Amino acid sequence: MSACALRVFVQRAAVTRKAAHQTFSQTTAFPRRGTGSYTHGRGINTLTNSLRAEEKVTVHFLNRDGKRITGKALTGESLLDVVVNNDLDIDGFGACEGTLACSTCHLIFEEAVYKKLGAVSDEEMDMLDLAYGLSDTSRLGCQVCLRKDLDGMILRVPDVISDARVDSEKESSTAPPKV
Amino acid sequence: MPLRCVRGLSSSSGPRVCIVGGGPAGFYTAQQLLKVGNTAVDIYERLPVPFGLVRFGVAPDHPEVKNVINTFTQTGQHERCSFHGNVNVGKDVTIDELRQAYHAVVLSYGAEGNRSMGIPGEGLPGVFSAKDFVGWYNGLPSNKELHPDLSFETAVILGQGNVALDVARILLAPVEMLKETDITQNALEALAGSKVRRVLIVGRRGPLQIACTIKELREMVNLPNTRADMLPADFEGIAEALKDLPRPRKRLTELMMKAVKEGGDDKAEKCWGFRFFRSPVEVLAGADGKRATGIRLALNKLEGSGESARAEVTGQLEDVDCGLIISSIGYKSIPIDPAVPFDPRRAIVPNEMGRVQDTAGLYCSGWVKRGPTGVIATTMNDSFDTARVLIQDMEAGKLDLSVNKPGAQAITALLQTRGVRAVLFSQWEKINAAEEKRGKSLGKAREKLLDVDEMLKIAWS
Repeated sequence: MSACALRVFVQRAAVTRKAAHQTFSQTTAFPRRGTGSYTHGRGINTLTNSLRAEEKVTVHFLNRDGKRITGKALTGESLLDVVVNNDLDIDGFGACEGTLACSTCHLIFEEAVYKKLGAVSDEEMDMLDLAYGLSDTSRLGCQVCLRKDLDGMILRVPDVISDARVDSEKESSTAPPKV
Repeated sequence: MPLRCVRGLSSSSGPRVCIVGGGPAGFYTAQQLLKVGNTAVDIYERLPVPFGLVRFGVAPDHPEVKNVINTFTQTGQHERCSFHGNVNVGKDVTIDELRQAYHAVVLSYGAEGNRSMGIPGEGLPGVFSAKDFVGWYNGLPSNKELHPDLSFETAVILGQGNVALDVARILLAPVEMLKETDITQNALEALAGSKVRRVLIVGRRGPLQIACTIKELREMVNLPNTRADMLPADFEGIAEALKDLPRPRKRLTELMMKAVKEGGDDKAEKCWGFRFFRSPVEVLAGADGKRATGIRLALNKLEGSGESARAEVTGQLEDVDCGLIISSIGYKSIPIDPAVPFDPRRAIVPNEMGRVQDTAGLYCSGWVKRGPTGVIATTMNDSFDTARVLIQDMEAGKLDLSVNKPGAQAITALLQTRGVRAVLFSQWEKINAAEEKRGKSLGKAREKLLDVDEMLKIAWS
């Protein structure tokens, strides 16, 4: 299992375990808090990177300003990893650091590519439901792991709610007001 | 990330911006401003500790939501950013004094008050705002003496947003679930001895208008040793409406219907339930009139449908016996300084896209700008918007950047004459380390300091 898929699995299992309310230690296989939490995860990626140098993938993002930006990645990395590791300038991406506690890594896929992705878990769906501009081919980037057959795909970074559209949120957003 | 420098400046210093409030709005606004190559940003915060509601609002059993603290920490440690805790803007220093010392001032001080129900008996012992109850279990210094009496079987929460569900979950969660979190030790012990077994979460309108989101609802449904106790009558017509709902509302409603249908384990010791179409009209006191013993609810009917449906009175009333009443109907901003315009009806600082009305060089972001709703990401995007507008104004020459401003140097000197000393970010980190250390010995993520003087002692040691 790739490092990304393993991390996503561990996080999903952790979220599910929490939902079942067994004791969930703050320390997990991939500690997420405190200094170096996210970099720890990246450190593991770097290790596996050197082992899988042949499985390079390129991903393109159509940013909110209309510009296309490109990230290089390895199979097994998540789309959040791609954005972070390539230091791509996407404002506010991945606020919760891939723990299914926000929807800021919301990405929109081309339909043909979307169909190739796996099933969406309830936990991902729950957070995706809160994303502005939710579409039928939306996913959370932190839950999608790269494979060779996804090489070269183009993802759209959806707009986020901004001050000018505060009123249109009430019309177009399907989510209830949240606190 | 492209480093932009604002043109037409002397090389000795760049723009100096002051941010009032060290919560998510303050830090996200700072983050964006720091991208402008030579801008210095100072964050002023009343408490010795930063992070606002991320520290004092997010539930202890939602640690992932607090991961944003990592990015705020990077901002706090940035060489062009300095944090000044323990400074009460409006009291220790005025907004006008800040505007003299900085090229621009951003108000990001959030909403420290709460909407009151406005009903008789609201002030009786046993009635709390969700803001205070949450502050109590999250270690907000001003709530440390709350001592809520948890010896009653039934608690009623007014409001059905995510804060209401957080409160319900914390009241009913098994102590095992909480004992390793950063919940305060005194709250943990009070909850361990709690006799609360039944929590009703009351809303004015119907199931299709509920304000909470599905993740929080799922957590309630999955709570161990609890069952759902709903009124099927509240759900008349809902099943038929499902097919036309957009996906998020549909999934949320389906989960609720499942809870109504399945209820849960009859042997469960605890229960929780929504009560719809009910508005509080009076808090009832016992015979001695000394504390709350119940709440009187008015039954409503719905006019219209969807998000804009309105609750209309029917005249019918219903009394519910309970010893703990928590009103979770919204936070509220308060005015900080007479020099700043304030809209008392909406309880926000009047603004156009973050530019404070009629006040050049003054901006706002977060809840004080838009009102107290939305998750951290909402505030993040809002703060980025304000920062962009401010940067636009810098580039368009709307702020006079040719004048050198003294910034923190002047303010620190001024504060010193008033006997006020700030807590710097590196000093907060000492408080942080102390809390983590105390937590470790208790098997918890951290044990928060509850006393401001204790915080200061450690910060300045």
